[in-house]
Amino acid sequence: MNVLSDHFAEFREGFLGTVELTGLSGLLALVLGILMAAFRVSPVPALRIFGTAWVTLLRNTPLVLLFLAVTLGLPALGLKGWDSFWLAVLTLGCYTSAFICEAVRSGINSVPVGQAEAARSIGMTFNQTLGQVVLPQATRTAVPPIGSLMIALTKNTAIASGFNVTQLGSVQKSLNADTGYNIYVIFLWIAVCYIIITLAISGLFRLLENRLAVAR
Amino acid sequence: MSEESVAGQATGAAVPLVVLKSVNKHFGALHVLQDIDLTIARGEVVVVIGPSGSGKSTLCRTINRLETTDSGTITIDGRPLPQEGKELARLRADVGMVFQSFNLFAHKTVLENVTLGQVKVRRTDRREAEEKARGLLDRVGVGAQADKYPAQLSGGQQQRVAIARALAMDPKVMLFDEPTSALDPEMINEVLEVMRQLAQDGMTMVVVTHEMGFARSAANRVVFMADGRIVEEARPDQFFSNPRSDRAKDFLSKILHH
Repeated sequence: MNVLSDHFAEFREGFLGTVELTGLSGLLALVLGILMAAFRVSPVPALRIFGTAWVTLLRNTPLVLLFLAVTLGLPALGLKGWDSFWLAVLTLGCYTSAFICEAVRSGINSVPVGQAEAARSIGMTFNQTLGQVVLPQATRTAVPPIGSLMIALTKNTAIASGFNVTQLGSVQKSLNADTGYNIYVIFLWIAVCYIIITLAISGLFRLLENRLAVAR
Repeated sequence: MSEESVAGQATGAAVPLVVLKSVNKHFGALHVLQDIDLTIARGEVVVVIGPSGSGKSTLCRTINRLETTDSGTITIDGRPLPQEGKELARLRADVGMVFQSFNLFAHKTVLENVTLGQVKVRRTDRREAEEKARGLLDRVGVGAQADKYPAQLSGGQQQRVAIARALAMDPKVMLFDEPTSALDPEMINEVLEVMRQLAQDGMTMVVVTHEMGFARSAANRVVFMADGRIVEEARPDQFFSNPRSDRAKDFLSKILHH
């Protein structure tokens, strides 16, 4: 009568699906977010415009709408053969990258201008200045909000269950029509699974913060 | 006596290293640099003084294009300053800069501060760069602090590290933008002593400062700025004992007797 032990395989599959989806789209979001932040502070106007447009577009689109645009729009534009998991990674990654970009940019703005001026005055290029001097110092400020964004991302993955991706949200869908388990108990176990993931992310980021605090 | 002959007299053979020709710059409505003409010869030590807001820091910062200009030309060693980009970065490596607020890289140790430019910009081998960095740190008297972070050093020590960081690039000219203005009085001299030594070793220097003692003892030429213009240029002994312009007389009377 215990839904968790009766359907442990489904729960495990959903749990791992959510972890995988969160991990991969989080990674994509970090890479794109840092890149877009670099674009937004770049001396090249075209890159600045691109970065700003990226953030404005993705930050202001409801995630469900973005999912629809990607899962229906991209195949219609001729991008076929992507399975729904990778489309979800793409959607969540791009969406979250807009927020990461702004967190990174706030970190960049927290670094005194003199640091970049000193780097430029010894002949470092824009990329070197950003990579060697500014970003390492921006990390400390950017890490706490990025932690929050990763937790938000974890919960946003639930939307992917509506688009044929196996994760925690789909466990509920497959079980609720089934043999009269108490629906609240199913929800409770799903919530516990999410809490495990989000608390792990919190812990990871607290660890990161502590390490960065010692680093100087 | 014309200004050119003053410069020539001070250095013997006047080979121009930094040349500013009718440089203008505005900050909004404020005309901070007004038709600045300035020629700095190789090996010359030029001290720029003047009341605050006179544009002397801005002038210093235009020489390595940390500040852009609206019109006029600036050449360093015969080459005009290029637009922002790789070319400018290469040129900046040849122009050392020391800031009022030190601006040491806060996340790097003292030694890393002095090796970073060598390794990343000059592509020097790391071990070679460290050896050179330790030599320079010893020269400015902070060799024992090599493994500390900037925040663990006194202001005077930090500024001397900043000088070592600039010297590590083997610059053709060194710019000092009020290098002692953020220092406690007892630390000013240790920094000035390093600068005096540099001047004696023949480094070409542009020094924006309020340290009149340094101007007297180390400068070949004093440039007096007020309201965005160069009002007077003279040898330090002439300038301090017998300033020609009323503006300079007024300025000196305020800072020298009170």
